[in-house]
Amino acid sequence: MNEELGIRNEPLLQVSNLRQHFKISRSFTVKAVNNVSFEIYPGETYGLVGESGSGKTTIGRSIIRLYDPTDGKIIFNYSDISGDLDNKTRRMLRKNMQMIFQDPMSSLNPRKKIGDIIGEGLDIFKLYSNLKERNQIIGDILKKVGLSPAHAERYPQQFSGGQRQRVGIARALVMNPKLIIADECISALDVSIQAQVVNLMKDIQDETKCAYLFIAHDLSMVKYISDRIGVLHKGYLVETGSTKDIFSNPVHPYTQSLLSAVPQPNPAVEKNRRLIPYDASKVDYEKCSWHQVSGMHFVLN
Amino acid sequence: MENILSIKNLDITFRTNAGNIHAIRGVDIYLPTGKTVALVGESGSGKSVTMKAVVGLLDSNAIINSGNIFYKAIDLLTLPKKELRQKINGQQIAMVFQDPMTSLNPTMQIGDQITEAMFLHKKISKADAQQKALELLNLVGIIDAEKRMKNYPHQLSGGMRQRVVIAIALSCEPKILICDEPTTALDVTVQARILDLIKDIQAQMGLSVIYITHDLGVVAKVADFVNVMYAGKIIETGTVEEIFYDPRHPYTWGLLSAMPDLETDDDRLYSIPGSPPNLLHEPKGDAFAARNKFAMKIDMEAEPPMFKISETHYAATWLLHPDAPKVELPPELKSRLQRARKAAENQL
Repeated sequence: MNEELGIRNEPLLQVSNLRQHFKISRSFTVKAVNNVSFEIYPGETYGLVGESGSGKTTIGRSIIRLYDPTDGKIIFNYSDISGDLDNKTRRMLRKNMQMIFQDPMSSLNPRKKIGDIIGEGLDIFKLYSNLKERNQIIGDILKKVGLSPAHAERYPQQFSGGQRQRVGIARALVMNPKLIIADECISALDVSIQAQVVNLMKDIQDETKCAYLFIAHDLSMVKYISDRIGVLHKGYLVETGSTKDIFSNPVHPYTQSLLSAVPQPNPAVEKNRRLIPYDASKVDYEKCSWHQVSGMHFVLN
Repeated sequence: MENILSIKNLDITFRTNAGNIHAIRGVDIYLPTGKTVALVGESGSGKSVTMKAVVGLLDSNAIINSGNIFYKAIDLLTLPKKELRQKINGQQIAMVFQDPMTSLNPTMQIGDQITEAMFLHKKISKADAQQKALELLNLVGIIDAEKRMKNYPHQLSGGMRQRVVIAIALSCEPKILICDEPTTALDVTVQARILDLIKDIQAQMGLSVIYITHDLGVVAKVADFVNVMYAGKIIETGTVEEIFYDPRHPYTWGLLSAMPDLETDDDRLYSIPGSPPNLLHEPKGDAFAARNKFAMKIDMEAEPPMFKISETHYAATWLLHPDAPKVELPPELKSRLQRARKAAENQL
């Protein structure tokens, strides 16, 4: 998609040299995200992959400002959202960027009705003129995610995992955001339900032209849904490029190792496969610099 | 081929406040000696319950209505609980659970946790047990094992913890290892290493292994035989090649096509509509009928029997009845299977 859009369009989100450190004690700081730069264009899906502890979730949370970034610049929708936020910028950010969380049970308030969970953003931003209009908006969004308007009166525990995740998507969508951060939003679901949710996300993107930051560790799903991919390791972005670049021509040894470990549903291939090992203990990413492989394909070495 | 474990016609009901849940509805599973059998299905399909019945860990509200579980010639279901614990569990059949953090004791050193089972089941001196634990840690690929023996679980990474759990399971040299989603909580790279490890150990010790998983990639890597489970029943069983290259049940089709492989570039993923049935109410006819676009009238009325396709391959769908109309595979799946077969040929 970026081939058609990216050259002409301004990026929707531009992250440059983002650092997110957490001070645990006086002498110990966790450097979760280091020097990460990437951009997301309107209407595209950017996949972030990496092992657990590589900082994928932290990046998502820093961007939506659940954390205060230690250093670096985040430009979203022409506004700088990295420093202290003034009221106007915060409202713009909260309206235009939404998040879908991993665990659909713990991310929905069990004491609130589905309609009120979805309507909370509408209430805060006063996006309706009367109650009838509010219910109308909520009903429409529920229909869009494959539930029925009558479900608005129910509570989260009355739904199955896949349905709850649809509610999570509806909550994000109702604000009509420009960017949705999907943090492992399908990993907690069964295979057959995953496909339903991924199809839904694709349909919604076609319709509303929103962009996704798709954070996941399931590489075959990331490949399927993403236009471009960034590979994270130990808090550093080690390679980024179009999905085709990354999968057909991985340059960084970590990417190669990661791809060699993707399980394939094919016994003959799977039983003969060799894992490419990767030893990062001798590499200091801080000393590495970015090199262009081709077009939008960059690698850290 | 001799079966080290055979589960025959197992039928389990759970008594709950909401009513009786018929969770397992006549399951047959056979584990040939030295082979690996995978049990695949969605959450709630009954795969874990079946295996918990084998090791006698069912919750107290479970009623076993009928069935036999034979370990060699012993029917485990008739064995008193005490005897099952003393003679079978751990010694003959060991289990590896999904989450390595919750299956380890956080207040106990790794070394003590490994030797604990040995003291329980065997007459063994402390020094010998320590020595054995050290060997096991080396076997599961933990570097610097001597130092690690004194570590607590929180000092280890997820992959290492799972290795320790495997070491504990192997401590009394069991004949059967049951792995309940052993790598679901782990990263792909760690997952690949753990699966390779279990495979190596299996070859070394002549273990028979049962995997419970919903990840078909894992199944393709490790299994010799596959059982697909749906709503408390085995709906298709066969060798791993038969299931992956020539699946016959519409549910297996759905599972295979719902998971994209690295070549999938269709606009939409094929998804199985709806969600699994609630077993509080006994499904009428074929439990999968409501989600099956190939369902026929008979699917709503009668439960399909297992139709034989080959000596090892059986599937429970009326589509295999000689009078059933021929159906075309969904095109996505058709090209997928062709791709898979071709990739397989290239490997040979």
